[in-house]
Amino acid sequence: MSKVIFSNITKRFPGVAGATAVDKLNLTIEEGTLVTLLGPSGCGKTTTLRMLAGFETPSDGTITIGGRDVTNVPVNARNVGMVFQSYALFPHMTVRENVEYGVRLLNLPKAEMKDRVNTILETMALAHYADRSPSRLSGGQQQRVALARAVVTQPKVLLFDEPLSNLDAQLRERMRDELRAIQLRLGITSLYVTHDQSEAMAISDRVVVMRNGAIEQDDSPLNVYSRPGTGFVAEFMGKANILEGKVEAVDDTTVRVRIASTVAFTLARNDRAFKIGQDVRCVVRPEHIRVDVAGTMEAKVRRVVFQGAYVEYLTDLEGQECVFLDTDYYKSGVAEVGQTVKLAIDSRPVWILPENEANALGKAA
Amino acid sequence: MTLVSQATPSVRDRSSPALLRKIVVDPWLFGIFVLVTLSVLIFAALPIFVVMKQAVVTDHGFDLGVLIETLSQSFVWTSLGNTLLLGLVSAIVATAAGFLLAFSATRTTMPGKTFVHGVALLPIISPPFVMALAVVILFGRSGLITRELLGIRNANVYGFHSLVLIQSLAFTPIAYLNIRGMLQSIDTALEDASASLGASRWTTFSRVTLPLVTPAILSSTLLVFVKSVEDFGNPMLIGGNYNTLAVEAYSQMVGYFNLQAGALLASLMLVPSMTAFLIHRYWVSKRSYVTVTGKPSAQTIRISGGVVVPLALGCYAIVFAILLFYLTVVYVSFTKLPGVNNTLTLDHYATVFTAGFQTLTNSLLLAGIATPITAVAGMLIAYLLIRKAFPGSFLLRWATLLSFAAPGTILGIGYVSTFNAAPLLLTGTAFIVVAAMVVKNLQVGIEAGSNQLRQIDKSIEEASTILGASNTRTFFQVTLPLLKPALFTSLSYALTRSLTTLSAVIFLVSANWTLITVTILSQVETLKLGVAAAYCSILVFVVLAILAVMQLVLNSTSKR
Ligand SMILES: Nc1ncnc2c1ncn2[C@@H]1O[C@H](COP(=O)(O)OP(=O)(O)OP(=O)(O)O)[C@@H](O)[C@H]1O
Ligand SMILES: [Mg+2]
Repeated sequence: MSKVIFSNITKRFPGVAGATAVDKLNLTIEEGTLVTLLGPSGCGKTTTLRMLAGFETPSDGTITIGGRDVTNVPVNARNVGMVFQSYALFPHMTVRENVEYGVRLLNLPKAEMKDRVNTILETMALAHYADRSPSRLSGGQQQRVALARAVVTQPKVLLFDEPLSNLDAQLRERMRDELRAIQLRLGITSLYVTHDQSEAMAISDRVVVMRNGAIEQDDSPLNVYSRPGTGFVAEFMGKANILEGKVEAVDDTTVRVRIASTVAFTLARNDRAFKIGQDVRCVVRPEHIRVDVAGTMEAKVRRVVFQGAYVEYLTDLEGQECVFLDTDYYKSGVAEVGQTVKLAIDSRPVWILPENEANALGKAA
Repeated sequence: MTLVSQATPSVRDRSSPALLRKIVVDPWLFGIFVLVTLSVLIFAALPIFVVMKQAVVTDHGFDLGVLIETLSQSFVWTSLGNTLLLGLVSAIVATAAGFLLAFSATRTTMPGKTFVHGVALLPIISPPFVMALAVVILFGRSGLITRELLGIRNANVYGFHSLVLIQSLAFTPIAYLNIRGMLQSIDTALEDASASLGASRWTTFSRVTLPLVTPAILSSTLLVFVKSVEDFGNPMLIGGNYNTLAVEAYSQMVGYFNLQAGALLASLMLVPSMTAFLIHRYWVSKRSYVTVTGKPSAQTIRISGGVVVPLALGCYAIVFAILLFYLTVVYVSFTKLPGVNNTLTLDHYATVFTAGFQTLTNSLLLAGIATPITAVAGMLIAYLLIRKAFPGSFLLRWATLLSFAAPGTILGIGYVSTFNAAPLLLTGTAFIVVAAMVVKNLQVGIEAGSNQLRQIDKSIEEASTILGASNTRTFFQVTLPLLKPALFTSLSYALTRSLTTLSAVIFLVSANWTLITVTILSQVETLKLGVAAAYCSILVFVVLAILAVMQLVLNSTSKR
């Protein structure tokens, strides 16, 4: 049993007047799941993680692991594993010694200790490098040693602080999938910190978006992307147009929102309440807008950025900025600044931000 | 600095539960911290305060009259003036010489750099008064140069002029290393940039290089000044009538049994030393433009041609003087009666290895005990100060700084006065000598350890704790091995200093536990120059040999 619960966790650092790194945070990590903390720099991700590890003591609130209050339990008695951003491998020990280090402290019978170490070295494809110094391994191999060292003691919870940020883009994806595979196989409760939203979506059971020390949204990867609770989440998860509009019509299953004289969507209502004339903000992802000579929507081109695979346009839609991507530019040619283009929007993925609703998603978490 | 924020009461109030938790989480380490802090307070701070108290308090309590009486005697002010003047002149000369060596070695095509470097470091690893011995031999009444070569009958070698020469040569390496380190860490691209903007070599030197090394020049001047104030052996041997505070304090204590005057003089030594030290710590080191990373940046040699000649000649002259002095000592150690009977002999060595063997083994034994303690304690204190801010850290920080800045004389007198009664009856024991050696040399290890710790990724230690290790275990299994370079710096320094120190231990040696440096001093005073020279030669050789072995061990263990 190793469900993790943060209740009302607050962290203030002494000396920095008024600065609250983490503010009344409530978060549950279900047993065996991987939860990612995602957010801009300085939002309190690392601090939250380090409080679970025990490196920082909360100013207020409690943390439990598997029902046991660990708020005041010292780091070395918590039985959590951690993979550090810098890997933090002991440079004066071999790979095997690194992996053995934690197991030795468990006072297991010698045979079992050897067995565990060998098994994990095999699993991680490290057996071949066991007697090397970590400094003579590639980044990916070092990463695997760090992971092996963290899981070999069979910790209740596994923590990752931006573990992949030292790797190049390709290796990052491969290691990401490897990490996830091992986490799933061991079924180990995990907290993962990153500021890369695609990494977060790819690896997690749940994504927790943080902002200024508080949780902005706690949801499945699909939902934080396609049903963001706030404009901040929408923009943090990827390029987004947030277009202001007015509710024109509501019926049992749909709601109609007008964005501009040439643009209006009819969207599924999903049991949400809307009033006619209400101001709403809609999230429209650039990839859901396309150039279409038959389109009704008209926008004036302000800036054109050629990106190779596509052209990115910044347009003016009756006073609102609207960005979209054209991957078919080779067919119709690239529009010029000042020109008016005709566009079509796929309205199914358009999402109305729930910010003015009583039970806004972000707060419900 | 952290000290400031710790002193702010509001912060302390708010964070006190956290501080308390730090202790609870780590009772063992906190225990060690308390033990170390107490030891440092007792063996570093307490003796100094005892001396200062002695200076103003007599048997009848606080007595302003006695103080005024002592202060009204002229020898107090003469020796203070002498000390300051000598310190100032030596500091300037040694820094100039050190700069010349450092600049030539790092920036010019001067031939024979390795040789110059090696010789320039000799004075660091030998007792400071080897120079004094050589000067007596060369320029004394029956000096090899004054009498043999020049036929001068009554040359007066004793006094200010000789002291300046000796101290300058003896302390040049300090300035040399300091300035060299700074020159090496200045990115030469800056100088190249200046040249590319059309500046002449002189303009580049005076507008770019010189301003950048100014902090090192100032810091060398201050360090040499402190060293000169502290120096006891040279003024004792060769000062003649030119008495410095260290010598005057010693003769008041040992010659006239005037404890109060001795204590007062020793306390007076604190004033210039502490002033220089504090200026260095809080002013000069903050003015450094160069962040010393420990990694010398790539150096390009830019200065060649005609200018190198005078620079090189200057360097060679310094090196020649140092070499001449050392070779003289070695030569005399093999000579029957220098200046009178120059036949070669092994007699002096025979004396050392028979009658004088115990003092040699004593020195080696006590330094051998003190050295590892100094080094490990230095690393431990660095760890406690940098990584664990226990409540009360500032006591530890200040006590160690105080012990480093305080001259050996005050520490020695303080030990005699503090540890002469139960429960701390230690006078006459080996323990007290070892304690003095450790305390006096601790700070260098702390400094080296702290600098290295700041460069070690903190998460390496965190990785150890999260794997279940206690902080104590983490220190010994992870931190200490990673501190190996600093540990070796500290070991070498502690060993050399412990073997060659004089100013503090001269008050502490006893019939059972006498030290080689003290023996050398008395041999010179009784004009047994040959035996003294033999001791010196052996000492230099032993230090060199041990350092070489340590270097070998370091190299072979860091191959992995
Ligand atoms: N030891 C500390 N002392 C004082 N303030 C701190 C300390 N550690 C973190 N903070 C502050 O707490 C806030 C949150 O920091 P944290 O490291 O948790 O951010 P983060 O989300 O991990 O950012 P990043 O993505 O840059 O790693 C920041 O404002 C930071 O300045
Ligand atoms: Mg972080």
